[in-house]
Amino acid sequence: MVWRWAPPGALPAAKSVVNLLSSYLVEIGGMVRLGRNTLRYALRRPFEVDLWVEQLFQLGVKSLTITNLTLLFTGMVLSLQTAYSLAAYGGKSFVGEVVALSVVRELGPVLTALMVAGRVGAGVTAELGSMAVTEQVDAMRALAANPIKKLVVPRVGALLIVLPMLTVLAITVALFGGLLMAMLEIGQSRLYFMNHVLSALSVHDVVSGVGKTVFFALFIGIIACYNGLHASGGADGVGKATTNTVVLSSISVIVSDFFLTKLFIMVL
Amino acid sequence: MPAEMFIRYVDLFKSFGDKQVLSGVNLTIERGQTVVVLGGSGSGKSVLLRHTIGLHHPDAGEVWVDGQDITDFSEEQLVESRKKVGMLFQAGALFDSMNVEDNVAFALREHTDWSEDKIRNRVVEVLGLVELEEVETLMPSDLSGGMRKRVALARAIALAPQGILYDEPTTGLDPITANTINHLIRSLQKRLGVTSIVVTHDIRSAFTVGDRIAFLRDGKILFDGTVEEAKMATEPMLRNFLQGGGYG
Repeated sequence: MVWRWAPPGALPAAKSVVNLLSSYLVEIGGMVRLGRNTLRYALRRPFEVDLWVEQLFQLGVKSLTITNLTLLFTGMVLSLQTAYSLAAYGGKSFVGEVVALSVVRELGPVLTALMVAGRVGAGVTAELGSMAVTEQVDAMRALAANPIKKLVVPRVGALLIVLPMLTVLAITVALFGGLLMAMLEIGQSRLYFMNHVLSALSVHDVVSGVGKTVFFALFIGIIACYNGLHASGGADGVGKATTNTVVLSSISVIVSDFFLTKLFIMVL
Repeated sequence: MPAEMFIRYVDLFKSFGDKQVLSGVNLTIERGQTVVVLGGSGSGKSVLLRHTIGLHHPDAGEVWVDGQDITDFSEEQLVESRKKVGMLFQAGALFDSMNVEDNVAFALREHTDWSEDKIRNRVVEVLGLVELEEVETLMPSDLSGGMRKRVALARAIALAPQGILYDEPTTGLDPITANTINHLIRSLQKRLGVTSIVVTHDIRSAFTVGDRIAFLRDGKILFDGTVEEAKMATEPMLRNFLQGGGYG
């Protein structure tokens, strides 16, 4: 009788799990290394101001519509939902507080980051990916230029600057949306709503809300650039890298939001 | 007196995953020489070429450029070596987002403190060397395949390198344009005195531009000799390849 120490198929399955895990670890290690190198080259002269300005426009100004539109309707629907769901408990008057706290602490930063992960993350990966598969990144290296300095630093740097700014603007627009619904649907006055908003918020709420976006920007930027620079296999490879960026950066925003919230609660 | 060695590969091994691409390549290129590396598709010619400027690092072996062992050089250490050796990529690899002038001026802006006027003059000069005029404002998408390669060549020689690497310079071009590129490679070698490595599977191109032929097969150099010696070679695989009958 042959003694089997594992059922048939178990070994190949275990091997593929190990391979999958090791490929994830290699990817994470690569991203950490890219993040470290980005910081290193960001501090070195020359500072390539024109490349930064270009990216501030491409990643920031061009994202204004999508982030503000998303948060405008989020503020409006939050105001409506709160008003109607709290009506039975006499909580209509707390609409301002609920909208303010939800939008400033969570929805504003997270939804803005998710929109940026979709628009900017996908765009950056597609751009760098098509450069990688057509050997333009190698050509840059062959010309003794550093692709991290030329391509990654301006994009990650611009994201670190624009995401907090986009978030502040989007939060303002969301509060405006909430105010509109509070005035039109439940008849609150502008002053009443704003008083409740301001009384609910503290500096800690704003700092923790906007502070998180700096980390979100770093994750989105590094994931997008890493996937772009490592794209291979032509148009198909660029497509897969782009999808991977949107999925991974969205997950990183959602998951890190929890830990960052815990961190800010402990620190502030 | 022996000629001075400019590029040298010593027992070069390289694999990607399970695929062994280079299995002990030994090849020396003397200063001012044009060596053609012949071989079929997937034989590792481009991989060998890319080792010369550190775009790939070998699993084992050494790469020497201008008397320096660059095998384990970091990206920073490779800067000086890359300034000495320009590369023409297979499809040109022009930067899509830049016009011709910015493409050609890229390395000049990166590595010199020249004024914009001086850079513009150098751009016009190197575009003239590749027989192009008044194309500075065109975008890469406006150029034909042959023009793209010539602009890419102008970009590669802008910094006046001592060596030029050509990755399949005539692939995808019609015979007349391919011939133009071949003569351009020859004339650049004469006018600039550069050392060149041309990787190709185009036999006609190889015989036109090469001083020496190296035949790469199964990750090794099977033949290394002058063009005349290559034509007379008895090595069966090379003979079959030169006669266009495959490896036999």
